[in-house]
Amino acid sequence: MKLRLDPTRCQGYGLCQEPAPDLIDIDDFGYASVVADPAPGTSEDAARAAVEACPNSALRLER
Amino acid sequence: MTRIDSLTPRETPGVLGAAPGVTEDAEAYAATGGYRTRTAPAELLARVEAAGLRGRGGAGFPTAIKLRAVRDAGEPPVVVANGEEGEPGSVKDRWLLRARPHLVLDGLLRAAEITGARRGYVYLSDATAAGRVRRALDERPPRLPVEVVETPHTYVAGEESAVVRRINGGPALPTAKPPRAYEEGVDGVPTLVANVETLARIALIAARPDGRHHTARSTLVTLAGAGTDPLLAEVSYGRTLRTLARAQGTPEPAGVLMGGMFGGLIGPHFLDLALDPDTLTTAGTALGCGAIRFLGPDECPVSLASAALAHLAAESARQCGICVTGTGSIRDEVGSLTTGTAAPGLVSRLHRRVTALPGRGACGLLDAAAGTARSLLQVFPHLVRSHLDTPCPSCVAPAAPLTVAVPHVAGRAVPRPRTAPCPR
Repeated sequence: MKLRLDPTRCQGYGLCQEPAPDLIDIDDFGYASVVADPAPGTSEDAARAAVEACPNSALRLER
Repeated sequence: MTRIDSLTPRETPGVLGAAPGVTEDAEAYAATGGYRTRTAPAELLARVEAAGLRGRGGAGFPTAIKLRAVRDAGEPPVVVANGEEGEPGSVKDRWLLRARPHLVLDGLLRAAEITGARRGYVYLSDATAAGRVRRALDERPPRLPVEVVETPHTYVAGEESAVVRRINGGPALPTAKPPRAYEEGVDGVPTLVANVETLARIALIAARPDGRHHTARSTLVTLAGAGTDPLLAEVSYGRTLRTLARAQGTPEPAGVLMGGMFGGLIGPHFLDLALDPDTLTTAGTALGCGAIRFLGPDECPVSLASAALAHLAAESARQCGICVTGTGSIRDEVGSLTTGTAAPGLVSRLHRRVTALPGRGACGLLDAAAGTARSLLQVFPHLVRSHLDTPCPSCVAPAAPLTVAVPHVAGRAVPRPRTAPCPR
């Protein structure tokens, strides 16, 4: 399972990190990066919540 | 004016041809052994693979693997000759299209045979090159439809996904991956996007199979330095950077900007490195598209890095927020070194940026910016320190331009086509 970030869509809202702090890092400028792939059962829900949190649909969960 | 010279052994096949200052016509090209179709596509692919030919656009990916991936992707694919050369220090692709359009078209047709493609494109921005390619297509109509697609000249327009997007009718801007072009490209079908020099070398391997190892192990480079004219050269792998610096006319360079803007800066102690993609990668730099800029003894590496970063920041496609902000921030930090006005904590901040930013954009522009700054920190730490709060006399003078002029290639009067052009 992969959490993918489209950098052309990330506007630096930073809302994705709160539900998935282990998967997403916010840099000095406020932009997100995916730092770990979600694990089924443990962080899958967090990844889904991060995808839903983005106002600009920059995150996608792929199986 | 940019000179042209061959630094390869005599009697070996080369892409420079016999008259690099004049556009080669179909007849002259055929006389060199071009356009002969005796080699079966599978056999040619095997030769390309055995010779170890790698892409000449910058990434250096093995050509045979790419050809096979497109061939085996399931649908009839599309082939694209990518002649859009965004690196300001590189001229070899535009020269090749202006001087030897038939060599490139022959390579494109061979790639189409290998992959089973039924359509081809030549993608470029150089108007002179576009004219020579169109004339070559009229002169010798190809077996499959080949369309010339022009794009505005920008740093990112030649990036694979930007090429596909432009041919599909959009802007020449990169997209997020996946999908890669070989999976889903022009009109959604598998697409081979190949650099024009790569295609030229495929055609050369078809025409001169005996010389295939030499063909795969030599490359076009654009050499530039302060004070003397740039040099477009064909060179065999294994020659040292020192040899190339002498050939260009900067015998004792203070440093080198490698691979366009993708190999970063290297110091003078690296001049004995052999020009070979693997050797350079192992040493932490890159051959890239073969654009090499030697620093004259009076030039400052900080100033050159700053000029490169200013170019990259100006050429950001402005699609990715992190690229606009990240590249702009690196440009400003390094720019402040050229005026001796660095803000406190610059070195540690710059170290953090060059570690955190690579791989974050849709294309490689942000990586090039981070790599340039990282190499400056690694190779010239003493210079970075001395530039923090003291203006550098060399940096005050305007930096020599990064842009190299494309060699003039005289057109040739072309006889009337002997056969009717194929209907498009």
